[in-house]
Amino acid sequence: MGAGTFREGGLSSEELIQLPAYGLKQSEKEALYGKLLTDLTREHGQKCLPYGRFLRAAGVQEKLDRGEVLTEEEIPFLPVSVFKERALRSVPQEQVFKELTSSGTSGQKTSRIFLDADTSAVQQKVLYRIVSDYIGADRVPYLVLDTEKVLKDRSLFSARGAGILGFSIFSSQMCFALNEKMELNLEEVQAFLDKNKGKTILLFGFTFMIWEYFVRALEKKGVTLSIPGGVLIHGGGWKKMADRAVTSEEFKEGLRRTAGITKVSNYYGMAEQTGCIYMECECGYYHASTWSDVLMRRPKDYSVCGAGEPGLIQVMTPIARSYPGHSLLTEDIGTLIGTDDCPCGRKGKYFTVTGRAPRAEVRGCSDTYGG
Amino acid sequence: MTNLEKYDREFIKMFGVKKEELPTLKYRGIKKWDSMGHMDLMSALEERFDISISTLDVLDFTDYEKGKTILAKYGVEI
Repeated sequence: MGAGTFREGGLSSEELIQLPAYGLKQSEKEALYGKLLTDLTREHGQKCLPYGRFLRAAGVQEKLDRGEVLTEEEIPFLPVSVFKERALRSVPQEQVFKELTSSGTSGQKTSRIFLDADTSAVQQKVLYRIVSDYIGADRVPYLVLDTEKVLKDRSLFSARGAGILGFSIFSSQMCFALNEKMELNLEEVQAFLDKNKGKTILLFGFTFMIWEYFVRALEKKGVTLSIPGGVLIHGGGWKKMADRAVTSEEFKEGLRRTAGITKVSNYYGMAEQTGCIYMECECGYYHASTWSDVLMRRPKDYSVCGAGEPGLIQVMTPIARSYPGHSLLTEDIGTLIGTDDCPCGRKGKYFTVTGRAPRAEVRGCSDTYGG
Repeated sequence: MTNLEKYDREFIKMFGVKKEELPTLKYRGIKKWDSMGHMDLMSALEERFDISISTLDVLDFTDYEKGKTILAKYGVEI
């Protein structure tokens, strides 16, 4: 799987992957991203016809033709929902190595994301670089807080299965904590923990499942586990938790109390930009890694928000090469907290995610998206 | 059994392929060598050769031939 080359930026994708995960200052990153994303925008315009039409309609093509290097703020963005409406790819169909689908919010159409072998390989390596900042570089025992059934039953296989599999690259051995009836398999879990005493253990699952079928199940049984080496990573959104009025603090406290786990990180991410997830740091903020960046935009006119002002989250990444998903406006509302100065020591932007925009708010550029 | 024989046997056992198919065998090239199959293969090779393969090497292990050069890094000459 040869890695592609970022010819124009003078930085191969292999070199990009080797950069420190959270070591770039925002000014350095923006200088790098202006160049990389401008070139990538041009490339997608040439290789994906509908995207090329969008660039012309949006008046961006002229700037590219003049050889201008756009800033991050000037990089055009597509609404993330565009992948539900259209099959957009920048490689010939025969080079498509896997097609990701994401249902997003229930009841909506499915996104289709086309990956070639290089893009998929780079995504996995980026995920590895980000997560190893939290769990270390070695493969570790992996306790999945879900049922193995999500991998076997194709009708269940969705974001849940993809997430579990995505993290399996970090595992030296795997144990599923829940049986097919979503009951905690206490004996098996205990045996797994005994076998791996003193080691770092990766735990992964979806926020709501962890709360309902792990934390609360342990409480009901009156059992406490001891997983001092546990690093728990969870995702999938807070909506169901907010419905039950469970806060992030209560979630963490529950894990500490029932399982002795003190390292708990939520993450923000999406199938449309797989790999570059935004991990929650020790201070409770999501961080943009070296391989992606965010901008918050005001829903009324898409101008860029200041720090502390909630807006629609735009996500950008130079690793989206086989489909034009390098700059997307999501339907999520987030607030930039600061830049380069999080007490956790990670450089770049850090932010919070507070919810989703009402459906009608995010039309972005899809209206000008002809063809 | 030579290392090559051991190496081949893990693929044959894991994916139910014939020996002749091995040289062109690639990750995701056959149905059984999917991401789960990949992790099973890594575990089997680790156990067989008593090594521990790093995450990056797991990701770089993209075909039968490439796997040989990766195992060589762990002192397993095939």
